[in-house]
Amino acid sequence: MARIGVFVCHCGENIGRTVDCARVANELRDLPGVAHSVDYKYMCSDPGQSIVKQAIREKNLDGVIVAACSPHMHEKTFRRAVASEGLNPFLAEMANIREHCSWIHEDREKATDKAIEVCRSIVEKVKHNVPLETIRIPVTKRALVIGAGIAGIQAALDIADGGVEVVVVEKDPSIGGHMSQLSETFPTLDCSQCILTPRMVELYQHPNVKLITYAEVEEVSGYIGNFKVKIRQKARSVDADKCNGCGACAKACPNKKVPSEFDTGLGTRTAIYVPFPQAVPNIPVIDRAACALFRGRAKGLKKEACAKCREACSREAIDYDQQDTFIMQDIGAIVVATGYQLYSIGKDQPAGLTGYGEYGYGTIPDVIDGMQFERLASASGPTGGRIVRPSDGKEPKRIVFLQCIGSRDPAKGIEYCSKICCMYVAKHTMLYKHKVHDGQATVFYMDIRAAGKGYEEFTRRAIEEDGARYIRGRVSRLYRDGEVIKVQAFDTLSGEPILMDADMVVLATAMRPQPGIQLLAQTLSASYDQHGFFNEAHPKLRPVETNTAGIFLAGACQSPRDIPDSVAMASATAAKVLGMFSKDQLEREPTVARVDVSLCAGCFHCERVCPYGAITHLEIRDRKGNLVKVVADVNPGVCQGCGTCQATCPSKSVELSGFTDEQIYAAINALVL
Amino acid sequence: MSTSGAHGHATAPATLAAELRGKTGQNPAECYQCGKCSAGCPMAVETLLRPHDVMRLIGGDRRETLLEGESIWLCLTCEACTARCPNGCDPARMIDALREMSVARAPRAVGAFHRSFLDQVKANGRMFEFGLVLEYKLRSGKLLNDVFSTPGMISRGLLKFVPSPIKGVADVRRIFAACEREAARDLHASGADGRDQ
Amino acid sequence: MRIGYYPGCSLHATSREFDESLRATAVALDVELAEIDDWSCCGATSGHATSHLLSVALPARNLALAEEQGMQEVLAPCAACYNRLASASHSLREDAGLEIKIKEILARPFANTVRVRNVMELYRSLIPQITEKSAGRLKGMKVACYYGCLLVRPPGVLAFDDAEQPTSMDEICRATGATSVDWNLKVECCGGAFSLSRTASVIRLGRAILEDARKAGAEALIVACPMCHSNLDFRQSAMTQSGETPMPVLFLSELVGMGLGLSARDMGMKRHFVNTGPIEKRATETAAQVAAEAAAKAAKAAETAAKATAQAGTAPAGKGVA
Repeated sequence: MARIGVFVCHCGENIGRTVDCARVANELRDLPGVAHSVDYKYMCSDPGQSIVKQAIREKNLDGVIVAACSPHMHEKTFRRAVASEGLNPFLAEMANIREHCSWIHEDREKATDKAIEVCRSIVEKVKHNVPLETIRIPVTKRALVIGAGIAGIQAALDIADGGVEVVVVEKDPSIGGHMSQLSETFPTLDCSQCILTPRMVELYQHPNVKLITYAEVEEVSGYIGNFKVKIRQKARSVDADKCNGCGACAKACPNKKVPSEFDTGLGTRTAIYVPFPQAVPNIPVIDRAACALFRGRAKGLKKEACAKCREACSREAIDYDQQDTFIMQDIGAIVVATGYQLYSIGKDQPAGLTGYGEYGYGTIPDVIDGMQFERLASASGPTGGRIVRPSDGKEPKRIVFLQCIGSRDPAKGIEYCSKICCMYVAKHTMLYKHKVHDGQATVFYMDIRAAGKGYEEFTRRAIEEDGARYIRGRVSRLYRDGEVIKVQAFDTLSGEPILMDADMVVLATAMRPQPGIQLLAQTLSASYDQHGFFNEAHPKLRPVETNTAGIFLAGACQSPRDIPDSVAMASATAAKVLGMFSKDQLEREPTVARVDVSLCAGCFHCERVCPYGAITHLEIRDRKGNLVKVVADVNPGVCQGCGTCQATCPSKSVELSGFTDEQIYAAINALVL
Repeated sequence: MSTSGAHGHATAPATLAAELRGKTGQNPAECYQCGKCSAGCPMAVETLLRPHDVMRLIGGDRRETLLEGESIWLCLTCEACTARCPNGCDPARMIDALREMSVARAPRAVGAFHRSFLDQVKANGRMFEFGLVLEYKLRSGKLLNDVFSTPGMISRGLLKFVPSPIKGVADVRRIFAACEREAARDLHASGADGRDQ
Repeated sequence: MRIGYYPGCSLHATSREFDESLRATAVALDVELAEIDDWSCCGATSGHATSHLLSVALPARNLALAEEQGMQEVLAPCAACYNRLASASHSLREDAGLEIKIKEILARPFANTVRVRNVMELYRSLIPQITEKSAGRLKGMKVACYYGCLLVRPPGVLAFDDAEQPTSMDEICRATGATSVDWNLKVECCGGAFSLSRTASVIRLGRAILEDARKAGAEALIVACPMCHSNLDFRQSAMTQSGETPMPVLFLSELVGMGLGLSARDMGMKRHFVNTGPIEKRATETAAQVAAEAAAKAAKAAETAAKATAQAGTAPAGKGVA
């Protein structure tokens, strides 16, 4: 006969208000196999846990049921308490009489009856529980960081400083991300490049960092602690080992009219180029779509249409025949830091977004987005920091900023707040005033969201000291009238219609995830939300982890965030990764699926339904080495214990430890028989 | 279309917002007062209550202010407000519903033009424009206004004189009768004498 | 091509020239317009300003008649009728409760299967024919395409073109050889609903539209809405200050007709308040110029061809001599 102890918790008033806990304990006491049954106000408290421990000792219990909250909440707590008394922790279970009972019912009598039923069911299950042992898996102590903007750089440096090897993969020719494009940063107005470039160099030179730029993660297999990652190194057409970054190739390149991505199309670059002077690594790449030689090849020309850069290179580093190569890496943990892109102001929009026809779909040349303004204001930008109109190079004396373009606009496809725009618009008005003293900046806004250290003070400074005019109201239309842009608006605070002339309009466009992020998420088996931002495991308690073990997040790939937040998140992620690497073996819950190879017919239904790719093929051979059959096997490192395979298996040969058919049937029978 | 929540608690009279939600399927609380509607409204310079004011006053349960005032009748229904609303509200539809409520409470107060127009359609199945102009002038008392233009219209063959009812005019009259019955039922159900709180 | 036709009240009265010009172009473009027998008024603005139910029921009767009469598509040239018919059809698709109510009121079979089309959709599908038949006759004429509000809004319901930057009318005008100017007030409201009741508002709104079109260099304003037309045409004298050139306001069908070489008389253009004489004269001139250019080109081509033959004739001979 089993000797099970039942411990009924009042959870203060949470359960006690609706469920008569004393009656539950009394009725359970009479059940066959129950050796002990009591109730207590707070079972999870120290004295509560002592009650459980004492009972195990004194009553010689071989099973424990805590009737209280959800197992998500305190299962670990009580299993730890049980283990401290030398009992296998998996002989303890929770009976959920809070979320599943007291919180959702009003009738005390009926709720108490239900609580008793729930407990009876778990008692029957526990009678079939067997001791389980924690699974230990080896761990490769090498991290991969995908994306080398400020979040990726910070995460990689923190991990590397912790003494662990880090592989950093960046899709662009240089690291630095969007932060390298910014002029100054809020709320301190310190120069973005001045604080970023030293970190870029530090990453490049760090002995623990392997930096792979102009590359993308192609495939990821394996599981936490044991990932195998295939990285595509895109062909630079330049031998990185030979190149010394002298820049002679770019000087020689005849095509100087390629719109510069770094300068958001406001400046130009050559076909062989380094994105910006402070790029890391300082190794050029040939943009094959813009290069005369490669265009000639695409047209089938046998002769080289141009070879000016190769002629100019003294180190024979130019290699027109370079191909994409693949690099394999064993990785223990992956940090995703892929960042964001801005909502396009052009007419071509991805599915689900409609764009702003009322603002001319970006066809008015002096209507630009926030990043373009950054480039105009930046000392390293295409105008050398002079704020001028793209159309005619004149200095705008009346500049208008529109906030919430794409953000908080479900009609255009995005309902969330992009969080950073209020602050960068305030910053833009200041940068403008500091450069165009006789100019007037006007901001059309809905709300000013300036929650952050020094943020409110910063926006007030823009208004009070730098004279930015803030008008509360969304703009209805922008249209051209000769050289002027007409801004048709309404001041909702004064109640007056406005038709304002502007020389330049800056749209504070929404932050969106990087294109192609869904594909990466699928490669990583990580989930993302309807907008394409990565999902964290828990919005409050596990903000930097994903639901896939071993995959972590940093920065704006998870939701819009500014530099301080991105850096904080990156350091948090690094702490998580270092914590994981602090042990030689990882411990996993033993509640994973197991295959009975003698029963398995090898139909692999389980493989098809497994959402985690945990099913592998196992060859069964006789003593002579002849193949008898191929059966399913479960990789315990990958299995998340969801039980889908068990529900699908036609021969009942796969079972989830801790949730076997026998246990589940016992629990159900207790309720229905 | 959801009508849940349209009638509030059983004992309290329905709020204006709840009533309009029931009529239009649109939740007036979705308006976040950004003012983009009023920014594009062609009548914003003339009307007292602009689209965002209307939405605000609906939320504030200001029934009298909205239904008794002239503003809702100054909407051209060009729908620029609705087309550009970032939060998917439909101020044009709300204003239509308010006008409908106003008509139900005090049919005499309806804009003379709309009444003349609909009377024409009810009588003949189609609009008969000369009759419309004439009837409108009589009702609104603006007899001299445009009087010089009318002969021009006639000489150009633009105004039809003789009404010619369509064959199915009985059909059309039945449609009017059914809609009027429906309106009377609605009025009764909502308690027409709600007051500003 | 055969399409159901719902002229609406205006096209039988103040906007007869819209009806006449549309029919004339239809003949020229081989389109048969089958008028819905015994159609009734759609209710227009007055319908939906006073009763939502009425604003759906009145159009629904016409859609039901069209269905009975075997039509799959109905052309509603009047922008207000088009808007009401398309909106009613949309509401009935979205709202099952309303559909039941309306079927009860109509007391006739109705499955809401008819697609409502506007005049831009019709002409857009005929651009190759218009281009071919007009042979650039209106080359050089500058027009401003005015869409107004009823044809493009609400965008969810009337999704045949971009609601903020529509281009279909411009494309049609270009097919006649005319140039459509880039201007700002394409989709602003002219105040048509208040044409009779609130003249001052209408004059304010109309003036802005005419001024912007004039500034963009337009010689004529092209519309596809009878309310816009009567407003901007009939009230134009009040909207224009002395010294300003009057701006002819043409229905799209009239411009297409001029492109096709139809006579102004056949299209009822004499009924306009703003004298269309100058624009007709301009059309005749551009047509003559285009014809002259074409003739010159043809002559030149013939000349080159003749030269080529002559050369072809002499070259082998020359060779023979050598």
